[in-house]
Amino acid sequence: MGKKKDERDRSRQGVTRRGFLQLMGASAVASTAARGTAAETPAEVLEPAEMTRIALRINGRRHRVVVEPRWSLLFVLREKLGLTGTKVGCERGECGACTVLVDGQPRYACLTLAVEAEGKEITTLEGLMKGEELGPVQQAFLEHDAFQCGYCTPGQIMAVEGLLRHNPDPSADEIRKGVSGNLCRCGTYEHIFKAARRAVELRNTKGGA
Amino acid sequence: MTDERGRPYYVQNIPVPETPRPRQNPAAWKKTDVVGKRLPRVDAYERLSGSAVYPSDTSLPDMLYGAILRCPHANAKVLSVDARDAERMPGVRAVIMQNTPGANVEWSYGRGYKTKLFDPHCRHEGEEVAAVAAETPYQAWDAAKAIKVKYETLPFLSDEQEALEPGAPAVHESGNRSGDVQVYQRGNIERGFADADVVLEQNYRTESELHTPMELHGCVAKWDGNRLTVWESTQGVYAVQARIAEVLSLPMANVRVIGHYMGGGFGSKLQAGKYTIIAALLAKMTARPVKLFLTREETYLCVGNRPPTNMKLKAGVKKDGTLTALELTVLGSGGAYPAGGASGVDWVVRDLYTCPNVRTSLTDVYTNAGPARACRAPGHPQGAWALEQMMDALAESIHMDPVELRLKNIPTYSQAREGNPPYTTTGLRECLEEGAKVFGWEESRKRTADANVADRLGHIRRGVGMASAMWAAGGGGPPSTVIVKLFSDGSVNLNMGASDIGTGTKTVMAMVVSEELGVPLDKIQIEHADTGTTQFATPSGGSKTVPTESPAVRAAVLEVKKQLFELASKDLKADATDLDVKGDEVIMKSDPSKKIKIGNLSDFRRRGVILGVGYRGPNPDKKVVNPFAAQFCEVEVNTRTGEVKLLRFVATNDSGRVMNRLTYDNQVFGGITWGIGLAMTEARLLDKTQTGKMVNRNWHDYKIPTALDMPMKIESHPVDLDDTEANTTGAKGLGEPVTIPTAAAIANAVYNAIKIRITSTPINPMTLSRLISRSRKEG
Repeated sequence: MGKKKDERDRSRQGVTRRGFLQLMGASAVASTAARGTAAETPAEVLEPAEMTRIALRINGRRHRVVVEPRWSLLFVLREKLGLTGTKVGCERGECGACTVLVDGQPRYACLTLAVEAEGKEITTLEGLMKGEELGPVQQAFLEHDAFQCGYCTPGQIMAVEGLLRHNPDPSADEIRKGVSGNLCRCGTYEHIFKAARRAVELRNTKGGA
Repeated sequence: MTDERGRPYYVQNIPVPETPRPRQNPAAWKKTDVVGKRLPRVDAYERLSGSAVYPSDTSLPDMLYGAILRCPHANAKVLSVDARDAERMPGVRAVIMQNTPGANVEWSYGRGYKTKLFDPHCRHEGEEVAAVAAETPYQAWDAAKAIKVKYETLPFLSDEQEALEPGAPAVHESGNRSGDVQVYQRGNIERGFADADVVLEQNYRTESELHTPMELHGCVAKWDGNRLTVWESTQGVYAVQARIAEVLSLPMANVRVIGHYMGGGFGSKLQAGKYTIIAALLAKMTARPVKLFLTREETYLCVGNRPPTNMKLKAGVKKDGTLTALELTVLGSGGAYPAGGASGVDWVVRDLYTCPNVRTSLTDVYTNAGPARACRAPGHPQGAWALEQMMDALAESIHMDPVELRLKNIPTYSQAREGNPPYTTTGLRECLEEGAKVFGWEESRKRTADANVADRLGHIRRGVGMASAMWAAGGGGPPSTVIVKLFSDGSVNLNMGASDIGTGTKTVMAMVVSEELGVPLDKIQIEHADTGTTQFATPSGGSKTVPTESPAVRAAVLEVKKQLFELASKDLKADATDLDVKGDEVIMKSDPSKKIKIGNLSDFRRRGVILGVGYRGPNPDKKVVNPFAAQFCEVEVNTRTGEVKLLRFVATNDSGRVMNRLTYDNQVFGGITWGIGLAMTEARLLDKTQTGKMVNRNWHDYKIPTALDMPMKIESHPVDLDDTEANTTGAKGLGEPVTIPTAAAIANAVYNAIKIRITSTPINPMTLSRLISRSRKEG
């Protein structure tokens, strides 16, 4: 139990600054890293131009990929693995179209380096499907027409999924805050709020997630 | 709104053919089984499961990635471009610039103004200078940044209000006027003001908004020899095809444009972009497919905007609420090239209310900023910002309820159009009355006023406001061609060229098929938005897609039914007029026990399918089809911080028949969200004094409404007037009219709360707290 709790706490913090620096190209951050984390020996130093072999665990499957250290998780998901359910909106952590779950937490895949995601459990929109059937959050979005163009939608769904995994019965205010990191230019928020409530019901009846 | 040939903005610069008239003229539906219901979208599964392949999701074997190098200056001449280093960088397969063979092509803007694809004079920040194709987008960007460009920077003009002042930097050698001043007048404006009991005059301004649809602008281009296929995120595949064929001098048959899904456009994707041509050129040079999607920052600079709009409105009213005169002067800017910087702004002033004496004048000037593109109801939200605040002020000046003032001035015909044609329907009265009732308008006005007077909420003030609107388009019309194929098991293939930009076009069209044939939605396959395989359609814009396409779909289905009943009348030995179809069976109406499976019809077996071609018939002669709307809202203003909280919104719309209540309400909420953006959060900021560059070119600094900016409660109440004259489905447009009144309604509610008139957008804490403290000083 204790170990599990530790893991959960760590995953809630997301990647630590130290862990992030270890993964960055040494040349780019060498001077700052030397001061800040001199006592720590970097686990691995990646050269910016060098291709690196990593294994990503995505939707329960292991994918071995060769990446540049600077490649974002978003780029690898979409352009290297063909998992295009995760969308690209800004590539600078503003819109949330690329939201995926990293160890159960909603994270912007555009601000997550692929190398940084190694060893983590990554869940994308495709991973919420039950075979060919829509998962409960997706089904709720269908019933309440919680999208228009559908391009921010995978991110909205992942944000709601992430919210419900940690808070299975959120208040209206918690739902608003839960999706406030996800922009919808079509302006379907009102339906997204309704869909999130419906998803709570569907998860309970279907025993989802 | 319209070009010099009188064509609406959404078909400017593209050829539009005429389609034949439909052969049948069916009566309006009396009772519907499918149309009007709250039904989930037919493509919800694809969009929610991730199986939908949007243009930006397209990935082809051996595909390269493109990146565009853009001018970093507001106004500069390109002296030299040195790509020698860039060309040698890892992964780089092609670099193109103005002197690259094949790249020296022309690009046209409004009124036939031509520049080059890579023009040596960059008149706005973000103009295209060179482009790269490489194995990864990272490498493409590395190379683009390594291209060395020498610029001669020139004086720039960022503020359209200074464009006509002596000594202002000239955006073009011809000067800073973009076209002639457009003047409209009727009646006698001076006499109108003389007849008025009260005359008010006020300046208003709305800031420039950026569309920023979620899916970035761009495409994937692939050549098969001399044939080009482009997967583009677009509102109109035929418009993109026409532009590519024109710029690259290709036969239209050699250009196929596909846009099955697209992640939002709002007017900014009605036509091809320079990026489309650049992707095609890079693909040609490298003989490999090229994916070129812009970055978010680029979409702020060079794929359109809602122009900044400066308005002076003078209005006269009698004590009994009769409007006597309206005079509107507009100065707008479509940026660095002709792009309709003031168009559409005056339409609500001309035509929303009965007024015998009207004069409007539109001045469009150049500035060193990205060219405008049509933006959700071009001009109208700006015009409504002025007119609807003015109506509020007029009502107060004659001690009349603002709803009553509007009800006194409802027109039944278009005063601004030649010959004063009547509207098929004007639900404005119904919108106002229904909205006021549902909102509890009179009671709310009293309640909030009492609370404010009694200081019951401390430094918090409550207010209510309302505004109404009309949309000058939204009636649709020819051309449109649709093909419906009926298979032997009763399932259907629907083939149409129109894009579904997120408004639910596919769903509504499938519902029309289902209504007529009784076939369930999941047995209808839709093939659309592909110039190679689907029929001609104009781009999805102008809120005209449902009223344009749905009658064409109905006509196609009726053609199928006609043939089906002819075949069945032989087998059932019945008169064709006595037959009905329900799913996979043809049934005799007079004796429902007599029926036959479609697949068992003797003549059907030989044909395999029944094919019906439907055309969009003309709109009613000498009549106008326009949607109308009203909105009511309640706000809370924190007089210490200047924060405005939106408590509730009620929207009423006359958009003719409600085709799908679920997607209808969704459009309404989306339109209000856009209006909230215009009123409260969105403004393009140019560094007017130092560099002329845009300083908030991202979603962090340029705020669009988030979940936390939504009103606590929004209600949509359609005024469901089946417009039997408008077309054969009775629908009018919705997506644009619903965003027109929102910003003004908010401004009126804020005024109602704190008695401060906010005439410039955005109403944010910074501007509001400044205005509040100024009004305190003035006492």
